[in-house]
Amino acid sequence: MASAGGAAQLSRLLDNRNVLGALFMAPAAILLLLFLTYPLGLGTWLGFTDAKIGREGVFVGLDNYAYLIGDAVAQLSLFNTLVYTAIASVLKFVLGLWLALLLNRNLPFKSFFRAVILLPYIVPTALSAIAFWWLYDAQFSVLSWVLTKLGWIDHYIDFLGDPWNARWSTIAANVWRGVPFVAICLLAGLQTISPSLHEAAALDGATATQRFRHVTLPLLTPIIAVVMTFSVLFTFTDFQLIYVLTRGGPLNATHLMATLSFQRAIPGGALGEGAALATLMIPFLLSAILFSYFGLQRRAWQQGGKDQ
Amino acid sequence: MTQEQSPRDQQRRGFLQTTAGLAGASSIGPVTLAGLSSEANAQSKPAEALKITPEKGARLRVLRWKRFVQGDEDLWTANTKKFTEKTGIEVRVDNEGWEDVRPKAAVAANIGSGPDIIIGWFDDPHQYPDKLVDVTDVATYLGNRYGGWYDLSRRYGTRNNKWIAIPLGVIGNAIVYRESHVRDAGFDSVPKDTAGFLKLCQALKAKGTPPGFALGKAVGDGNNWAHWLLWSHGGKLVDEKGNVIVNSPETIAALEYAKQLYETFVPGTLGWLDPNNNKAFLDGQISLTANGISVYYAAKNSPEPRLQELAKDINHARFPIGPVGKPTELMQVTQMMLFKHSKFPNAAKAYLAFMMDADQYNPWMQAAIGYVSQPLKAYESNPVWTSDPKHTVYRDGAKIMLDHGHAGPLGLASASAMADYIVLDMIAEAASGSKSPKEAAERAQKRAERYYKL
Repeated sequence: MASAGGAAQLSRLLDNRNVLGALFMAPAAILLLLFLTYPLGLGTWLGFTDAKIGREGVFVGLDNYAYLIGDAVAQLSLFNTLVYTAIASVLKFVLGLWLALLLNRNLPFKSFFRAVILLPYIVPTALSAIAFWWLYDAQFSVLSWVLTKLGWIDHYIDFLGDPWNARWSTIAANVWRGVPFVAICLLAGLQTISPSLHEAAALDGATATQRFRHVTLPLLTPIIAVVMTFSVLFTFTDFQLIYVLTRGGPLNATHLMATLSFQRAIPGGALGEGAALATLMIPFLLSAILFSYFGLQRRAWQQGGKDQ
Repeated sequence: MTQEQSPRDQQRRGFLQTTAGLAGASSIGPVTLAGLSSEANAQSKPAEALKITPEKGARLRVLRWKRFVQGDEDLWTANTKKFTEKTGIEVRVDNEGWEDVRPKAAVAANIGSGPDIIIGWFDDPHQYPDKLVDVTDVATYLGNRYGGWYDLSRRYGTRNNKWIAIPLGVIGNAIVYRESHVRDAGFDSVPKDTAGFLKLCQALKAKGTPPGFALGKAVGDGNNWAHWLLWSHGGKLVDEKGNVIVNSPETIAALEYAKQLYETFVPGTLGWLDPNNNKAFLDGQISLTANGISVYYAAKNSPEPRLQELAKDINHARFPIGPVGKPTELMQVTQMMLFKHSKFPNAAKAYLAFMMDADQYNPWMQAAIGYVSQPLKAYESNPVWTSDPKHTVYRDGAKIMLDHGHAGPLGLASASAMADYIVLDMIAEAASGSKSPKEAAERAQKRAERYYKL
């Protein structure tokens, strides 16, 4: 009797929309809590402690942050990260958009080219980074070799041994890898733009530039916003490429916040400080997201209106 | 050990002798770790036996760094198998990339579970000494038996006069150079003092056969030579009490020297990681660098005639001695730690002693073809150091080197300071001229103070 009553109660409960809704939400909520909120919370907490690897820390308040703000290497890593992200993202956007526009045309072997440009993106970063490491080698660079044979330079380029050369080299490798992602996403966006809009504009006498500026771009903006947000986030948090190519050298000129955070936290054992450095990345990432959310997704602008 | 003895001879001789009669059929009896009579092994002095009773049904897990040469792993596995055959104790050996062992060992120490024995690096044991089993008995037994520990082994392995780890060896590091190029530059050999060494490097550069030392984030090669340079001029990160004193006139002198030396380097060294100098040397782009024995071996064992020829021209030398007047080299020290969380500490101790005993250690060191050198004095006579005269330089690791925390205490601070490349960054900044020696020393002082404040 009792079990029958219990079963009836359960089935009544499951008929309740609110209970059922919560139940269906639970797996997603648990996943988010367990694998996103908890690690993020733990990381933030560690940033306020002096935890070492293998030793629990005590709460030290803002001590780690106070030190990092005054630390020349951490300052340099922030500068490097901003330069790296800004330049690489702009280049990836321009090249990606250009590539997308090209691929959106009726080219011969269209699907072949569309598939092929994805290659840099599907090769594991660690592997392509090793290829770049050889391309940039101070003694064995094939780039330097070709230029020397052509007689354009008389000594090998020191790609990774000079601070600014190293920055440009890592940015180039990052752009090479990131362009396909931007291009394919923008291409998808371009495909959603109805050809009739272009035809109508053409009939009204709009030039190609005008059609791009007033038809393509506004309709593409939501996609651009999403793609570039992701692109900026990926670039800002890049680790593998740097770790293989330079490990942050020369003279810490390519140390990004992510690589420095790792160096201090894992090999260096200063878990708290590394966590604090990683936490310091959050405001920058958040502002990138907010910028895309509020800045690029304004509906009025997309629909050809003016900002209020 | 004398040279005529083959590894098979050594294996035939018993090492672990189970005391008969004491043990029941199903359990392992007390193991006496002094199986050899003194005339069977000329090298070992008659010493007190180490009596250990492994726990019943003991099984061990060992975590070690992944081999640099195949022979190391092969012999380690063979020795482990021998141990299992003799004692019935099963041992599982896991290998991890050499840079990944440190964080894993620290986590194992903290959470109190994981492998029974971890073969780690440098001052790992000093970061969690209270989590480690006191292995003074094993170390004393080994020391008495094999000519004693080097002072350096003692410094790394002991804390407050208690052994907290068994030093396994030193990954040797030395100057690797091209004999013909050094001769062409007007020198018979590599000068033994820093002033003469600079002149040699300048002459090599003038001849178009420059030297090159890693100044990028090269964990091994970079740190090794950077610390040598700093110490050779009397500079050091900390004093005996751990006070940071790197911003000193001695350091400035070292940095001025680094600047002059850097001018002779092949371009690109600021970005060099560990493998770069090997590649450049084997390709003939540099004539002198600092490295383990791997460059020589890569050339000697290559099927290419060009590299075979190169191997004949390669030789090794000790780092020159600076104004301080004594050797100031740094090399990688590796140690075996036994954790308190082990359920079978006695079985583990038996394993530690077994692996360090001549019958196992000598063939193993031989198989590692000179990568690893001994922590115990008696093993100096291992034929690997004399079978090829070019190996001999790599014999004297523990005998001449300083510990990386020099002159301060070993522990978390010394580990973190090196992992954060404080000394290497300072040398690179000053050498390249991106900072003046004074600025570079000031920056290093500030960074080191953070770690040594603990």
